[in-house]
Amino acid sequence: MNKNMKILIVDDFSTMRRIIKNLLRDLGFTNTQEADDGLTALPMLQSGSFEFLITDWNMPGMQGIDLLKAVRADDKLKGLPVLMVTAESKRDQIVEAAQAGVNGYVVKPFTAGTLEEKINKIFERVAA
Amino acid sequence: MAESAVQIDDKLQLAKSLVSHLESGDDDGAVSVIAELAGFRDSLLFQEVGRLTRELHDAINGFVTDARIADIAQNEMPNAAERLRYVIATTEQAANTTLGAVEDSLPLADSLRSDARHLGDQWARFKSRQLNVEDFRELSNELSHFLDTTQATTEELHNKLSEVLLAQGYQDITGQIIRKVIDLVNDVESKLVELIRLSGHRAKPAEGTESVSAKDIAAHGPAVPGVDTGDIVNGQDDVDDLLSSLGF
Repeated sequence: MNKNMKILIVDDFSTMRRIIKNLLRDLGFTNTQEADDGLTALPMLQSGSFEFLITDWNMPGMQGIDLLKAVRADDKLKGLPVLMVTAESKRDQIVEAAQAGVNGYVVKPFTAGTLEEKINKIFERVAA
Repeated sequence: MAESAVQIDDKLQLAKSLVSHLESGDDDGAVSVIAELAGFRDSLLFQEVGRLTRELHDAINGFVTDARIADIAQNEMPNAAERLRYVIATTEQAANTTLGAVEDSLPLADSLRSDARHLGDQWARFKSRQLNVEDFRELSNELSHFLDTTQATTEELHNKLSEVLLAQGYQDITGQIIRKVIDLVNDVESKLVELIRLSGHRAKPAEGTESVSAKDIAAHGPAVPGVDTGDIVNGQDDVDDLLSSLGF
C-alpha cells in the first residue's frame, strides 16, 4: 500500500475530519485533503488525483451516499476505493451503501484499530 | 351583516309607534317598544358571536387533528428528551475518557522529566570529570534503563493522546442529535405561532405548513438507545457480519 496516496476526507463536522486526519497520520498516511460535503468533494475528486475517499453519510448539500453513487457513475472515478465512516446504523442503509458499491463501512463511534483494519482490507482487495 | 329592507321597515314602524306612545303619555307601551328594538340588536349580536364561536371551534378542531401535532406530542417530545439525555451521557463519557487519559499521562510526563533531570545532572558531572569509574558504570546503567523506559513511556503517552483524540468524536455524534432537536423546537415554535393566530379573530389554519417529516430524509443520524429501535446494527461487528453476508 502506497502510504503517500492522496486521500480525501469528507465530513460536515470539522472535529471528525481532524480525528480521521490524525488517525491516518498515525497510520502513516500524510497526504490528506478535506471537504465538508459531497458538493464540495465531487469537483475535488474530479480535478484531483485522489486514490482513496473516506466519507460521512449525513451531510447538508450532498449526502455521502449520493457522493458514492456519483463517484461510481463517473467513468474517471468509478474505481476509486470508498470507505464510509458514519453514524448511520440502520441495516437497510448499510445494504444500500453496499449495493451502491462502497468498499468498507465503519460506524461511529469507532476505534483507531477498526479504521486501520478496514483500510488494510480495502487495499488488500484492491491489490488482489 | 347588512340589514334587510324588511328589518329596516320594522324598525321604522317601531320607532314611529315609540314616538306616538311617548306623545300620548303611554309609558308602559313605550317601554315595551324599546325592549322590542333592543331585541333586534341582541339577536344580531348573538348571531355574530355564534358564527365566531363556530369558526374558532372548527379551527381548533382542525389544529388538534393535525397529525403532525399529535406526533410531536406523543412521540417527538419524549424522544427529544431521550435524545438530549443521550447527549449528556455521551459528552460525560467523552469528558471522563479525556480526563482519565490526561490523569494517566501527567505522571508519565513527570517521571520522564525527573529521570531526565537526574541523568542531566550526572552527565554534567561526568563531563566535568567528577565521576569515578564506579559512578560512571552506574550512570551508564541508568542511561540504558532510561532509554528503554522512555520508549515504553512515550508509546503509552502516544496511546493516551490517541484516546483523547478519538474521544472528541462525541462532538459529531451529539451535534447531529442536537440538530434534530433544534429542528423539532423550530417545528413546535411554528405550530405555537399558528395556535396564537388561531386564537385571534379571523385566523385561518395555514395551508401546506406541514413540516418535512424526518422519515423523508435518507439519513437518520446517530441511533439513540431507547429512541431509535428496529433495524439498527449493534456496533461494528454487526456491520461486518451484515456486509460479509452480502459477499464483502
